[in-house]
Amino acid sequence: MPFAVESIWVFWPALQGFWFSLTRWDGMSPPTFVGTDNYVELAGDATFRGALLNTVIWLVLFGGLSVLGGFGMALVLQKERRGVGFYRAALFTPVVFSLVVTALVWRVFYQPDGIADTLLRAVGLEHLIRPWLADPQTALYAVILPALWRQIGYVMVLFLAGLKAIDPALHEAARMDGANSWQRLRHVTIPQLKGVNAVVLSVIVIDSLRSFDIVWSLTKGGPYHSSELLSTYMYSTAFQSLRLGYASAIAVVIFVLALAVILGYLVRAFREEA
Amino acid sequence: MNKLRTGSFHAGMILLSLLWLGPVLWVVVMSTRSFDDIAAHGVGSLPQSFTLDTYRQAWTDGGELRALINSMLVTVPSVALSLCLAAMAAFALSRFRIPGRRTMLLLMLAGNLLPPQILLIPVSKFSELTGLYDTLWALITVQVGFGLGFYTFVLHGFMRDLPGEIQEAATIDGAGTGQIFTRIMLPLTRPALAALGALSFTWIFNDLLWAITVLRTDDNMPVTPALLGLQGQFVSSWNVIAAGTVIAAVPTVAVFLRFQRHFVGGLALGAVK
Repeated sequence: MPFAVESIWVFWPALQGFWFSLTRWDGMSPPTFVGTDNYVELAGDATFRGALLNTVIWLVLFGGLSVLGGFGMALVLQKERRGVGFYRAALFTPVVFSLVVTALVWRVFYQPDGIADTLLRAVGLEHLIRPWLADPQTALYAVILPALWRQIGYVMVLFLAGLKAIDPALHEAARMDGANSWQRLRHVTIPQLKGVNAVVLSVIVIDSLRSFDIVWSLTKGGPYHSSELLSTYMYSTAFQSLRLGYASAIAVVIFVLALAVILGYLVRAFREEA
Repeated sequence: MNKLRTGSFHAGMILLSLLWLGPVLWVVVMSTRSFDDIAAHGVGSLPQSFTLDTYRQAWTDGGELRALINSMLVTVPSVALSLCLAAMAAFALSRFRIPGRRTMLLLMLAGNLLPPQILLIPVSKFSELTGLYDTLWALITVQVGFGLGFYTFVLHGFMRDLPGEIQEAATIDGAGTGQIFTRIMLPLTRPALAALGALSFTWIFNDLLWAITVLRTDDNMPVTPALLGLQGQFVSSWNVIAAGTVIAAVPTVAVFLRFQRHFVGGLALGAVK
């Protein structure tokens, strides 16, 4: 029964998605089969290439920095001591908010005469002030920052759980052998976290490819597609330009990009089940 | 030396915590300022007024009340239904030798990992076809269908690790399958159910993408997409937008505070396996 429910809403639509990507369709008249035309058009579409590049930048900056930040914070906050509970809670708070709420909080920050501008003025860097979200030069990075702000706490919790599971005796033994704290991190902690690393990596890649809410609420991909991701380009192509076949082709590209990670995750899950 | 290190640790962490909590507090404070105050001094200035009228505006004029009701109408049944179905599926897959059960489990998990973009167009067309388009039912069924795979996977792992002797003992005592499920399995999986419940509540409540895909009318929008609409409606009334933001954030914060332990445990559930 539950399997049937998921089939109706997930598996069957997914197959349809592939089929639509081979058609031209406006949503009103029935779809017409056009073969690989959509993919050929994608290859020459500058907006698509921009969105692809932005998605890669997003993956590297959002993914990379949230792993580094989350791991760093987990290391700093792993030992129970006074105040640690509060600091953990503080970093974790934004995870509870929706991305739309996060976006609005940061909008205030970026407003002309908002907090960012006030701070810059206070330290005498007025000349840097610009319309952060409306400037094609900065829009993408101005959107990544709030996304990071929210993700670091989440990654931190994952790593904290992993760190807790490491046997303290290993660290003790390494210390006895004269390993300094850097060597212990490098040769004890990181190898022991292998399982968590794999999960975090999959979560980050899948999250990056899915990222939509925060961009949609802050810039809708603009100005001039400068903060466009594949996910936002797909959405606006489908539901604003009503080019459903073409949008399906973009969705298939997103799927192919996610495929490696999905397969890796499944292989891991499969091995555990065995 | 040690004192110095402790001191710098706390100084650094307090600064960092401020970086995380500061923007949130700023918005809360801003939601209590009057329009004239913000218009005269800018959103980056310190408050010089206090009013709660902003909440009234967001609540009634901005339609947040309606949106919040919609959110609850979607979130509560979705969470209940998907956990119920997932528990049943996990029970069947972990306790009985169903042929192909491993493939089934992995397929379900794979479905949850799919990027939603590939499903958007077919799902919106399918909901039009079934006449569910633009109703809260469409959103509920989509949320249940999409989340089911992950919940089943987690619950399956949990149930599998329960000792089989309990089930045998109950069978000897004459309990049927249904009774074993409701009287033994469900109570034993309560920690996992609580964790998933808290998590899925925030996920579904915070969702934007599915809501704007299967809903069109403003009156049907849950609070997350409605917040975007509020922004268009009160373009430069930052105090009202801030109030709306606070209203939209309160339910998930409440769930988080109430189920804090389960919540964090749930996030880690998949990670340490």
